[in-house]
Amino acid sequence: MIEARHLTKTFRDKRRGEIRAADDISFHVSPGQIYGLLGANGAGKTTTLRLLATLLKPTGGSATVAGFDVARQPEKVRANVGFLAASTALYGRLTAREMIAYFGKLNGLPDAEIRGRTKRIADELDMHEFLDRRCDKFSTGMKQKTSIARTLIHDPAVMIFDEPTLGLDVMTARAIVKFVRECRNRGKTVIYSTHVMSEVEKLCDTIGIIHGGKLMAEGTLAGLRATHGEQDMEEIFVKIVGAEDAK
Amino acid sequence: MNWTNILTVYLKELKDSLRDRRTLISMVVIPTIAMPGLFALVAFISFKVASEVAATAPTIMVIGGDDSPRVRGALIAHPTVKVLPIAGAWKQQIADKQLRAAVELPAGLDAALERGESPGITVYNYDGEMRSGRAVQEVRAFFSAYAETIVVARLGERGLTPAAIKPLVVKTENVAPPEKVGGNVIGGFIPYFFLILAFTGAMYTAMDLTAGEKERGTMETLLCSPVGRGDIVVGKFLMILTASLGTVACSLVSMGVTLTVGGALLVQKIGAAGTAAATRSADRFSAMMTLDPLGLIGVLGMLLPMVVLFSAALFAISLLAKNYKEAQTYVSPLIIVILMPAMIGMLPGVELNWRLALVPVLNVSLASKELVSGVWHWDLLALIFGSSCVYAAVALWLAVKMFNREDVIFRA
Repeated sequence: MIEARHLTKTFRDKRRGEIRAADDISFHVSPGQIYGLLGANGAGKTTTLRLLATLLKPTGGSATVAGFDVARQPEKVRANVGFLAASTALYGRLTAREMIAYFGKLNGLPDAEIRGRTKRIADELDMHEFLDRRCDKFSTGMKQKTSIARTLIHDPAVMIFDEPTLGLDVMTARAIVKFVRECRNRGKTVIYSTHVMSEVEKLCDTIGIIHGGKLMAEGTLAGLRATHGEQDMEEIFVKIVGAEDAK
Repeated sequence: MNWTNILTVYLKELKDSLRDRRTLISMVVIPTIAMPGLFALVAFISFKVASEVAATAPTIMVIGGDDSPRVRGALIAHPTVKVLPIAGAWKQQIADKQLRAAVELPAGLDAALERGESPGITVYNYDGEMRSGRAVQEVRAFFSAYAETIVVARLGERGLTPAAIKPLVVKTENVAPPEKVGGNVIGGFIPYFFLILAFTGAMYTAMDLTAGEKERGTMETLLCSPVGRGDIVVGKFLMILTASLGTVACSLVSMGVTLTVGGALLVQKIGAAGTAAATRSADRFSAMMTLDPLGLIGVLGMLLPMVVLFSAALFAISLLAKNYKEAQTYVSPLIIVILMPAMIGMLPGVELNWRLALVPVLNVSLASKELVSGVWHWDLLALIFGSSCVYAAVALWLAVKMFNREDVIFRA
């Protein structure tokens, strides 16, 4: 479960002064649910997700992830989170197996369990062919599968995806979307950020539209359509964000 | 602090680094092959040039002296110089290194000597030029010997022996053991080399494990794990320390082999001539190559906190950079910061005292110079070791602080 309460993050910039990258954001994600965080580039999606993954510390508000407070129990939060982003890369000089085992060990798993889980995940993701090859020789698809395996090795209750399909070809992006859906089916709490409207429509149970660090609107796809009188997600997004920009 | 996590991070970094060709080059190839190879080459070339200079009689010209056939004849017949006939502008020839020296004999030299006078002879040379220097040395040796025979003859005419003008004979004899002599001669270079190798050994790995990881995007991946930031810092720091110590160890072994095998060969070659001068040179060179093993262990002990300081400081500085290139810009000028105090430590006359014992790098450089000569100032050594440990701890603390700063880790 994820619970964000008035989550705020400010940065100081020499030229622009104080920047509120996440501004008073509150939302709730239950197990077995995918929460889509939809926003343009620079809207505050990555900052919000990094706050939840405890990579950043909030300057205001609070959040609990899997029952642990992000500010007070960051290590426990991370032990229950699988974080996958376009910016989380693989160690090129390690093999896929070594990469997965490294994160298993960092999560405190014994060797025998790591071996067993690696085999299971490799079966599921069809990774056996390249499991013992170095990551720097991988195709994008192989890299994504290895990254997914890395996030799954400790079987986290919460999955955080930050634009995981960014820059991927159609087939690899589809595989990622399928994997996210499977996470929900397994009862995991999922939060998924993107700026691709179609992904949100296909995938998310609840959608939060973020703009300028603020959560502008929230609801199910059907609820948002009803509220804003539009069927197309892009039109809904433009209506919400455009109204804010017009102010 | 969780040592299991630290070990996990360390072992992964070790495996990763050992698979990196650039790390292997900086840690193994440069200290074991390139550096000793370079030293051996320089020693070989220097020896070859010196042997060549010693084997060839320098060319000189004799100006004047046509009315003094005795002196002129003896000089021309002297086997260690080759007298050329006067031709062209001899001063220009010396400057152009075509001629090594010219000897100007005054008019009526033989006659003046017979009268018991003390006429002056001028030797023209090229200051600082090796072969010209040797020509001057040979000419001086010839005239000293020639003057000696005249003195003996003059004293004989007066019924005196040479002892009349040389009542005392002063001779010097070395009583310091060879390792102390060696320590004094090359002791200054030992810490200089090790400090530079320790620094360069840590440099590449520090940049790769910090700015390199940020650039490749693996830093964020690592931070997603539940391992504490402090554990990650210590694990990475231990790898940088390993790289630095590995470089020093590799260079220590290769230098030891180079000095033992190469030095013995060189001593054998120098002494091969069998002359007294050659034996003296061989003995001197042999003494230079002898170092106090206990002193060397002392040097390594003093270097240890310095290596920790380098590793932690390089970690903290490289972490500031957002990519490898930027890290190189920050770190490369630091070599000068290390070189300068290490070089000051090599200067003759700069002695270790309480104030200098607190200056990082210089203190270890000066202490090492004394240690390899067998001088142990325990109080100053304790101060140097202690202060170096404090500096190293501060640098490590700074590295942990930096690693916890979001603006440093997520700097884009």
